[in-house]
Amino acid sequence: MKTENQKAWFFVLPVLLLVAFNALVPIMTVVNYSVQETFGNNVFFWQGLDWFEQILRSDRFQAALGRQFLFTFLILIIEIPLGIIIALSMPKKGMWVPVCLVLMALPMLIPWNVVGAMWNIFTLPKIGLLGYFLNDVLGVSYDMTQNPFAAWVTIIVMDVWHWTSLVVLLSYAGLVSIPDAYYQAAKIDGASPWKVFRYIQLPKMKTVLTIAILLRFMDSFNIYTEPFVLTGGGPGNSTTLLSIDLVKIALGQFDLGPAAAMSLIYFAITLLVSWLFYTLMTKDDAQ
Amino acid sequence: MTIELKSASKVIRGVTHIKPTSLVLETGHFNVLLGQTGSGKTSLIKLMAGLDPLASGEIWMDGQNVSRLSTQKRNVSLVHQFFVNYPQMTVYDNIASPLRVAGMAKSEIQGRVEEAADILQLRPMLNRRPQELSGGQQQRCALARAIAKESRAVFLDEPLANLDYKLREELREQLPELFAGRGAVVVYATSEPEEALLLGGKTALMDDGVVTQYGTTAQIYRKPENLTAARVFSDPPINAARMSKVGDTATLDTGASWTVSGAAAGLPDGAYTLAIRPHHVTPVPAGTDYVKLSGKVLVTELSGSESSAHFQLGDDGWVSLAHGVHPYEVGEAHEFYMDASHAFYFTQDGKLVA
Repeated sequence: MKTENQKAWFFVLPVLLLVAFNALVPIMTVVNYSVQETFGNNVFFWQGLDWFEQILRSDRFQAALGRQFLFTFLILIIEIPLGIIIALSMPKKGMWVPVCLVLMALPMLIPWNVVGAMWNIFTLPKIGLLGYFLNDVLGVSYDMTQNPFAAWVTIIVMDVWHWTSLVVLLSYAGLVSIPDAYYQAAKIDGASPWKVFRYIQLPKMKTVLTIAILLRFMDSFNIYTEPFVLTGGGPGNSTTLLSIDLVKIALGQFDLGPAAAMSLIYFAITLLVSWLFYTLMTKDDAQ
Repeated sequence: MTIELKSASKVIRGVTHIKPTSLVLETGHFNVLLGQTGSGKTSLIKLMAGLDPLASGEIWMDGQNVSRLSTQKRNVSLVHQFFVNYPQMTVYDNIASPLRVAGMAKSEIQGRVEEAADILQLRPMLNRRPQELSGGQQQRCALARAIAKESRAVFLDEPLANLDYKLREELREQLPELFAGRGAVVVYATSEPEEALLLGGKTALMDDGVVTQYGTTAQIYRKPENLTAARVFSDPPINAARMSKVGDTATLDTGASWTVSGAAAGLPDGAYTLAIRPHHVTPVPAGTDYVKLSGKVLVTELSGSESSAHFQLGDDGWVSLAHGVHPYEVGEAHEFYMDASHAFYFTQDGKLVA
């Protein structure tokens, strides 16, 4: 005979509390702000969906969103292929493997604000190594504090430097897990290197690449610290990505309502695109 | 067709994987490479397939020196222990892939793929992907690729090792007919003596990177040239013990003695190693010419209708294998009967003398 009681709830309780405090409560607080006008002394007025409408209609938000998508698109289109290429050219065994792995892991170990500060100093004209070299040695006019294009190039190069390693390490893990037997079979069939990549390596890397793309998408879409330290969103608003804009509204102008509404829209977009990526990339396996 | 090794050897980063080996493998029967794990079976196959370079010597195929030829030009097939297929391609495309690389016409590819698929009963699965198939079907797909390619040599490297018992039996029965009359030299590597016996043909015994004996499978089973060969070609392991012969009398270190007959009777007096297969050591006397042994039973096993007992005979661990269920008591001494007429006699350095 089956015994039924309510004890199971005790096992679920810890995770319930954990999720409540680090996700549910903060999100509901934001939802609370997003539908009200907030004054001092905790005085609130109901606003309904006004803030959402205002944000979605504002040129400022649309421009920041556009920049954000452009940034993330460039990051993915550069870092994913580059990461795969580097992983393919890394040695599979021997004494150089640990050396390569450590070198690859190094950029990821540096705190984000330090990365921003490093690249800021590195690229400053007159003072920075790269800035001096480009301007005074090569004679290329380069100043990311004045020129929007230079600023974009700098934040992209910085992110590629900082995060391509993640794609490399994940792809490499996928590559080394392919048994030698597959390469032997390909050799016996006389398959070209491209075919080996297309029909053996790429399919075998698919799972880790899915993870790499999702992680790089979410990270680059939510990026804040590095461009904030490097350019502060400038020159002008040229590198003001969504998160930088959000912080300006929330903490600069202290417009809590619109900022909360913007956070929720931001969150929804991240979630939606991640879901789309995941669904598309795992579609084949589900068949 | 033939594959001929002329003192071929393989050395990788200073480690000798294959010592100079000479061997002629022919078509028309299975060529079994039998040896324990690490004995060099896979190394030898990779050497013949051209996946690894020769350190010295030559390899000839059909009177052509292929020593410097790339794998692709040697026109060989390899079926691995793991089920190796292209994961993204359908079964059809998998079987067709080597033919496409070779630039064959579409209609001919279709003919060959369908023929191979029919032989291996893969017809209904041609449009599926390997991961949607069972292990047995995946290995059939790999075999079909080898058959469709019609290569000069087919290397089967423990192809059944990862299949479950029933599938293994089934596929093993079919294997010889699959390749019969196809003209390819079939090389089959295995670590199980039983498989070599079931597949028949010829067997090359391998040990420590060298072929120790080559001949028809039955002949090697009946007359292993040395103690190592006898050990490799016996499962459970062959029983061995030191023995001394004086006149007509052979005596084991444990004191058991008997009167030798047949070829062994002509041996000069001295010390020898006696070896006998486990099924000639039984708990009840078989025949008339038996020697009584006594030893402490260590482990007993019952598999199917046979029971085996590991027992201690002097310094050596021995195994008895007999039909029926026998009442052993683990830890107790038990009597066993050795049919000495089936014993092998080796010199102390391991050469078969009788």
